[in-house]
Amino acid sequence: MSDFTSGFWSLYVGVLTIVSILACGALLLSMSKQTVKKDAQGKTITTGHVWDENLSELNNPLPRWWMWLFYITLFFGAGYLVLYPGAGKYAGMAGWSSKGQYDEERAKVQAEIAPLYAKFAGQDPQALVGDPQAQAIGERLFQTSCGQCHGSDAGGSKGFPSLRDGDWLYGGEPETIKASITDGRRGVMPPLGAALSEQEIWNAAHYVLSLSQQLHNAERADKGKATFQTICAACHGPDGKGNTAVGAPNLTDGIWLYGGSEKTIIETITKGRTNAMPAHKELLEPEKIHLLTAYVYGLSRRGTAAPTATPAPAKTP
Amino acid sequence: MDNQGTFNYKVVRQFAVMTVVWGVVGMLVGVIIAAELLWPDLLQGIPWLSYGRLRPLHTNAVIFAFGGCALFATSYYCAQRTCQVRLFCGPLAALTFWGWQIVIVLAAITLPLGITSGKEYAELEWPIDLLIAVVWVSYAVVFFGTLAKRKVEHIYVANWFFGGFILTVALLHIVNSAAMPASPWKSYLAYAGCRTRWSSGGTATMRSAFFLTAGFLGMMYYFVPKQAERPIYSYRLSVVHFWALIFTYMWAGPHHLHFTALPDWTQSIGMVFSLILLAPSWGGMINGIMTLSGAWHKLREDPILKFMIVSLSFYGMSTFEGPMMSIKTVNALSHYTDWTVGHVHSGALGWVAFITFGCIYYLIPACSGGRRCTAYG
Repeated sequence: MSDFTSGFWSLYVGVLTIVSILACGALLLSMSKQTVKKDAQGKTITTGHVWDENLSELNNPLPRWWMWLFYITLFFGAGYLVLYPGAGKYAGMAGWSSKGQYDEERAKVQAEIAPLYAKFAGQDPQALVGDPQAQAIGERLFQTSCGQCHGSDAGGSKGFPSLRDGDWLYGGEPETIKASITDGRRGVMPPLGAALSEQEIWNAAHYVLSLSQQLHNAERADKGKATFQTICAACHGPDGKGNTAVGAPNLTDGIWLYGGSEKTIIETITKGRTNAMPAHKELLEPEKIHLLTAYVYGLSRRGTAAPTATPAPAKTP
Repeated sequence: MDNQGTFNYKVVRQFAVMTVVWGVVGMLVGVIIAAELLWPDLLQGIPWLSYGRLRPLHTNAVIFAFGGCALFATSYYCAQRTCQVRLFCGPLAALTFWGWQIVIVLAAITLPLGITSGKEYAELEWPIDLLIAVVWVSYAVVFFGTLAKRKVEHIYVANWFFGGFILTVALLHIVNSAAMPASPWKSYLAYAGCRTRWSSGGTATMRSAFFLTAGFLGMMYYFVPKQAERPIYSYRLSVVHFWALIFTYMWAGPHHLHFTALPDWTQSIGMVFSLILLAPSWGGMINGIMTLSGAWHKLREDPILKFMIVSLSFYGMSTFEGPMMSIKTVNALSHYTDWTVGHVHSGALGWVAFITFGCIYYLIPACSGGRRCTAYG
């Protein structure tokens, strides 16, 4: 246990805790007398101090139920600190720790769900797209682990790719999806602000705009083509269709990770982009990743290639 | 009716009026963010009015603006009346009023702009923190200066609570806000990593224990017997619960951080001392309610006492609920749910705001020469 930087602090906390409990008990004991001062007529009298014309104090004994309640909480507190960690680095007789409890509960859940996952582990992800139970589990896993960045509808947002548009940075086959989840991905677009002049970047941006048939200045795009072919094509390919081996996006399909406006493209070229998908192999068991793969694979293929969980809507005449 | 010549009622009146103003503002912001929870697009995504920025404004406004002004007003009034002397150093008292109002206005500007230290209940950035420290030290000088020159031998019980509250808040504010300024509007905590957890537990302690409990018990100890015209039920009880509160509340903060990265021993101590707090808290409730013994009939007609009995009932309920929620098993269920929000409103609205309403009904006529508000005229 490294909760304490030195033995002194453990002792300090331990002693202070015990002294606090004992002091409360001593305080209570010292005030627990039942005697009440009465006057000649047998009426309870005040302590004799008067403030602000008419403020005074009686000195009634502590209500017994209240006093015993106080003692009970003190005894409970002391007993708790004997059994559980609390008094400095003393670990308690019960041998409890939050990590131990966590591991125990997790092992219990694992044992319960292991047979369920085992059933799906051997099946091909493509086949699981059609299995409603596998998809339902996959969706729960997705909402727990993926939705924070990719959106609860998997639609993505700026810097976080959409997973349902059929456009894949690293490839959309089950194996590549599984690799992305397991080991994570690290996307880097190098900044070119130092290598290229402002005009060159501007021209290259117009060439990029032309690739996806957006409004552009043809003259600039023409000039920018040369820059693109020397520098950008190395990753994005001579035709700008990208390269899934290095995660270079396709620039011709009108799908943008950071935005496709002239301003954003210039910003991307000038400053570069760095992006990371965290690795999940430490966080999720292989069986869960397998089901997630099947779910993500199915997201962009519903109603097309693979058989779907829900029947296609009937055509209206 | 004593006039301005004997006692400094001006600063009491100023704080009392601003209590009402900030109460309306703070609770209105609360209604707005509650509505935003139900209709997230209510304010059309205007960043300054988004939930994340208005929520700290709501908590700061009700706790430090509304609650803070109420504490200043009542403690200044109570200290003068029970010590039978004029407030020590009038200009310094005026400084606490204007200084505190500037702090509130700066908070109301910076929080919606997103200028924040990001630390719950201590969101304000360091220039404002410094101003708070100045105001608070002045407050301590005025309050304890007044006690020092008192004309009565004993210090009245309400002043113990006000004094304890002023001292501990000073301590916690200064330690908890220790930060490295990086620019006029940005700073970094002097504590890193795990210790940040410590200090946020500390902030929670400061808020619930000393700001929302000790100070308001001071109010209760002056205004309940005053309005009921009955002696306080038990001096012994007030001694036990005062010292037990002061002693144990400092330890209870970690119950806000169960099942987090906080070490196990810290969580255990937080839970144990929260449970031990049940009796000392109820000691205050018993003393308040039993002070009404012999004056129960007044509850039927006296609006001030009605507010106070409701407040004490909420105090009893929320100080039972608090220790219960601090038990780890219960906390596993309640943490990160609306139960916590409900609990804090039972404390801050039920107890703090209702005792304040009662006190304001008493105070404003009392220090502006008006007729005191009782059923008996």
